[in-house]
Amino acid sequence: MFNEERFSSLITTSCVDLDNILGGGINCKEVTEIGGVPGIGKTQIGIQLAVNVQIPLEYGGLGGKAIYIDTEGSFMVERVLQIAEACIEDMSEYSHHFHKDNQAYGVKMHPNSILENIFYFRVCSYTEQIALVNYLDKFVTEHKDVKIIIIDSVTFHFRQDFDDMALRTRLLGEMSLKLMKLARNFCLAVVMLNQVTTKHIEGSFQLTLALGDSWSHSCTNRIILYWNGNERHAYIDKSPSLKSASAPYSVTSRGIRNSTSSSKRIKMV
Amino acid sequence: MANKLINQMALPKSIANIFAARNIITAKDALSLTEFELMELLDVGMAEVTSAMAHISEVVCPPCQTALLLMEQRVRNESLAGHLPTRLKGLDEALCGGIPFGVLTELVGPPGIGKTQFCLKLSLLASLPVNCGGLDGRVIYIDVESKFSSKRLIEIGTKSFPEIFHKKGMAQEMAGRIRILRPTSLSEFAESLQRIKVSLLQQQVKLLIVDSMAALVLGEHDCGASRQQALGWHVSFIKSLAEFSRIPIVLTNQVRSHIGDESLMYSFQAQSRPTKEDNPVTFDSHLVAALGINWAHAVTIRLVLESRSGQRFIKLAKSPMSPPLAFPFNITSSGIVLLDDDGIEMKGPEINTIHCQVKREKLDFGLLVHFSNLFSFTYSKQTKSSQKSTRTGTRKKLRWETETGMGGNIWRGDRELAPLTSL
Repeated sequence: MFNEERFSSLITTSCVDLDNILGGGINCKEVTEIGGVPGIGKTQIGIQLAVNVQIPLEYGGLGGKAIYIDTEGSFMVERVLQIAEACIEDMSEYSHHFHKDNQAYGVKMHPNSILENIFYFRVCSYTEQIALVNYLDKFVTEHKDVKIIIIDSVTFHFRQDFDDMALRTRLLGEMSLKLMKLARNFCLAVVMLNQVTTKHIEGSFQLTLALGDSWSHSCTNRIILYWNGNERHAYIDKSPSLKSASAPYSVTSRGIRNSTSSSKRIKMV
Repeated sequence: MANKLINQMALPKSIANIFAARNIITAKDALSLTEFELMELLDVGMAEVTSAMAHISEVVCPPCQTALLLMEQRVRNESLAGHLPTRLKGLDEALCGGIPFGVLTELVGPPGIGKTQFCLKLSLLASLPVNCGGLDGRVIYIDVESKFSSKRLIEIGTKSFPEIFHKKGMAQEMAGRIRILRPTSLSEFAESLQRIKVSLLQQQVKLLIVDSMAALVLGEHDCGASRQQALGWHVSFIKSLAEFSRIPIVLTNQVRSHIGDESLMYSFQAQSRPTKEDNPVTFDSHLVAALGINWAHAVTIRLVLESRSGQRFIKLAKSPMSPPLAFPFNITSSGIVLLDDDGIEMKGPEINTIHCQVKREKLDFGLLVHFSNLFSFTYSKQTKSSQKSTRTGTRKKLRWETETGMGGNIWRGDRELAPLTSL
């Protein structure tokens, strides 16, 4: 049932509905921006992807490594461990379900090895952020199994300290071009997490992703996370290939999962 | 990192000289220009610029670690893998051990709800010796609104840890580890932080409390964009301080009434916007945390303290590793006490809302909140056994509230307030 070629460039989010609107998952070779209000689950999705990229090929994953660029200090190791353990449990359950007779398919991964495959950089200023993006070319050449780069958040250091907005736009533009090049050349996914700000449009205040209008050209796909009643939803705001659609998801102790109100059965990847 | 000098980066002499000649001295200078601009400025080819920038970037770039290494370091070097237990069982479990080190934890709620009480208890917990579950360290308490009460601190200590506090001199020693600072403006605050930063590790400071951040920021004269920018800079600075020193930093925040903020939506939602239901004129006033959305993004953990139907709750409104739980609590002579360690799981954005249910009283709002909290204590549904303790509870509460907030004396005792100049 597995078409390895098709799955080899998609990273699942662990939420079926979200994967569906994404056409299967987060795409390698593309830059995806994910933005939302505080507490909606941006870091959660970032960590979930850093873990899911490591799902072995035999389970439909990429068996790759992750680079996590933390600009705000939101990377909590305890949470990564929780999500890693849950991922391994899910894989075991799946393996048990499909290969009841064959003991050899037991999952041999340990949560610590998942943590070991996440390369973590803590960035404390926009200078360091730009320097790091420049350096990534060399780093990824030396670590060819990196399949995802997560930047959490791309906004933080560019929101303060800038009097010259035009300069900010130019620097951001150059940074995003470099990221797109990285994604294409090394066939990996780049996920940028963004914050929100309020904007005065048509006589009322509205929420919009930070960093300005010109920034919206810096990514291939743009996803907005928002509250719809009591449920978290993700909306495809911009994409050359995906339809504008919305999907519910939830944040649980195990990580990102399907929304509890969704009546679809969980599809084993 | 950003201020590293280019001439110390072992670049080929020729290009290093060109940088210097064009007044590009630090890495920040170079990285604040796009490569195209550099090419024009330095009058060299793109390939040379790219290779020079790659070299500079590699030097300035932060070190690489793995998540595993981070975890092992914390488990090995830090108390409880980097957590300060609050002694509130349900909360500690939800937070994987307690208030985390290295990040900002915010306490937000209406006046009189218990934020300062929580801070006092935390200061005590951090100063306790390790064998009693503390961090055996000093605490820096930034008391902007002069709410700190040594007397109340000792009372909490004596009631919560009688075996320690009845020892001779222990109370004084514990209180002596807490240093109170009273900056009157953001810039004074920044200055004192700079001085703390230098001696942070030497003085074994294990906890920094800012009570309250809102008072510090909102007290500034200018408003609007410049205030936001000033706040942004300070937030960045405090965050880096937290990380660099790996201590917990707890900040309190005020609330303000919402002015239609909560119905903020994205443009794509506007089409399916439900009719704005007007809240019936109840006294269930909705409040919003002060300091804006940038601040909300910047804090890692947000604990909302609120009051509903006379019962106080502490909610985990924002926490990367906890479920959205709300714990009912009371304030007793030994500080904050949870009534239920399992907590109630909240669905949806409800976890973020701040309630302050008040009763009709013909008093001004500030007092209104205080008195309603007191009266609701006795009027709310209580079991028979707790009825008795409620009455005394109210009286006790009245006593310490007078001391801490409502114009009473703040006992200085033998705790010398460190004047700012001596830092």
